[in-house]
Amino acid sequence: MTDPIIHLSGINKFYGDFQALYDVTANIQTGEFFSLLGPSGCGKTTLLRTIAGLEEINTGTIIIAGQSMDGVPANKRPTNMVFQSYAIFPHMTVAENVAYGLKARKTPRSEIGYLVAETLKMVGLEGFGDRASHALSGGQRQRVALARALVLKPKVLLLDEPLSALDKKMREQMQSELRHLQRAVGITFILVTHDQEEALTMSDRIAVMFDGRIAQLDSPQELYRRPINRQVADFIGVMNFLDMKIESKLEACYSIEIAGLGKAMVPLDQAPAGISSNTKVGIRPEMLTLLYDDQIAIENEVAASVIDAYYVGDMTYYQVMIDGIKKPVEISMRNTAGRAVLERGAATRVGWGNESILLL
Amino acid sequence: MKSSLWLKTYIVVFMVFLYAPAILLPVFAFNNSSIVSFPLKGFTTDWFIVLAETEALHTSAKNSLMIAVVSAVLATFFGTLAARASARYNFKGRKPIMGFIMVPMVLPEIIIGVSLLVVILQLGLDLSLWTIVLGHTLICIPFCVAILNSAFLALDNSLEEASFDLGQTKLNTFWLVTLPLVMPGIVSSLLISFTISLDEFIIAFFLAGTEPTLPVYIWGQLRFPQKLPSLMALGTILLVLSIVLLIIADYFRRRSARKTGANTSGGFI
Repeated sequence: MTDPIIHLSGINKFYGDFQALYDVTANIQTGEFFSLLGPSGCGKTTLLRTIAGLEEINTGTIIIAGQSMDGVPANKRPTNMVFQSYAIFPHMTVAENVAYGLKARKTPRSEIGYLVAETLKMVGLEGFGDRASHALSGGQRQRVALARALVLKPKVLLLDEPLSALDKKMREQMQSELRHLQRAVGITFILVTHDQEEALTMSDRIAVMFDGRIAQLDSPQELYRRPINRQVADFIGVMNFLDMKIESKLEACYSIEIAGLGKAMVPLDQAPAGISSNTKVGIRPEMLTLLYDDQIAIENEVAASVIDAYYVGDMTYYQVMIDGIKKPVEISMRNTAGRAVLERGAATRVGWGNESILLL
Repeated sequence: MKSSLWLKTYIVVFMVFLYAPAILLPVFAFNNSSIVSFPLKGFTTDWFIVLAETEALHTSAKNSLMIAVVSAVLATFFGTLAARASARYNFKGRKPIMGFIMVPMVLPEIIIGVSLLVVILQLGLDLSLWTIVLGHTLICIPFCVAILNSAFLALDNSLEEASFDLGQTKLNTFWLVTLPLVMPGIVSSLLISFTISLDEFIIAFFLAGTEPTLPVYIWGQLRFPQKLPSLMALGTILLVLSIVLLIIADYFRRRSARKTGANTSGGFI
């Protein structure tokens, strides 16, 4: 593995008495699409701004491309940022905006024109150079902000919730465009977002942050399949949490009794945070199956009744009641050919298996 | 539609009260009589010729212009510094400091005039046009700060951060991004201070040495009834100049607002 492009170690950041970042340590690899994901106020934007040099850190070190950023101001760092508000200079044309950083670098005039045109083409704004920037749509402003940063060929591109101001359709389009763009230019992207779906679809790796700390840093698949604790599991996707009792700890697994579902054997590594009296069973909605007619469960099954069914086209999301479980259990089913959508109140059976269980 | 009739009456009375005196100025300025009263006697431009031949008037007008321009520039300069600091940084004692800067706005001018006079004489300085500039700058600053503060508050912080992030220095960021975007505020600030200084009487009266400003000169001439029609002519010129100035200023304000795509409402005209 190559050296990380960004090395963060022991970063603490205070605003007066409030500590915004606690001992943040992480390595970000060259060419990686990296996301900082967390609820608002978790410190993800603060962390991004400390990397950009727009916020000073109280302790810790930031190394970018082998260089310590200690005392290096934002205008001397090999990073560029796409701001949440895009921060397009309203008194300049699109081309003037994109040329802004090149002029600051004293790039020869003859090169500027070429580079600006090239970059505008790359972000899909060919021929927009002479437009007044205040007359652009949200998506176009986003592209100008991208072009303005990418034209400088930064080592790392920082994106602060760049898609949050766009409508759903535009957002999904920009998600895939950003991903393609990142692969095409090969620049390391660091994206701040509170949208877990956005982070999962776009990133190579995600750092999930709560209260100024990185709770888990992993690939999207690992985060979803093997969340490190209940907080992460709850934030990424939907998770059913069920009460349980430990019966015994065997050599390679726990023998447990799950409320409503019954006995299960769970391998030790499916309890990433260990076991305590407060530990619950976590099961993803798609890991539970509604059994139709005379279908037989591969492992276990229990009786249930449908409380509610939300039909969304490709999927149906059910809430079912199982004896012994107080809260309704969420189950998602793909609407494959011939599979009926169950009505409210219908009696049914739920199938489940040991391998889909996490102890959190 | 009773309420509509009331509203119309109110508007008419309001407009008459506001503008009738101003309309009387040009009427009597062209009236061929040294007594300012109805009925009108006939048309003449003599009073304007009298103005053109009065040397003392020219000197005082020049004094006033000089003082107004210098005071406007100084007040806007200091106002920009204060407004920028207040809008951008949260330093200790920000509110009381800004409060003190705004105090001259509500302080009676006669108090400011007298106290400045006492201070200046105690310091052993001579009264001159510069002492008037000092007083006028002082009373203009609160207005400049009020106007510029809202201009700086309307500025998105991330614009300056973006410029810095794109490799520009902080100083160049101010010239290339901040200043062009607050320019409409600066133009308004210059204009307001210029107008305040130009027609300010009390402070100028106290702090003037041997050289009077235009309002002080006009006040001195009011003792002579036969001078009244020529003062009406002078008033007419000032009225026309003010209107022209406002139109020019608003043109620039709108142009710059259009350039940045800002809302063009809230102008003078």
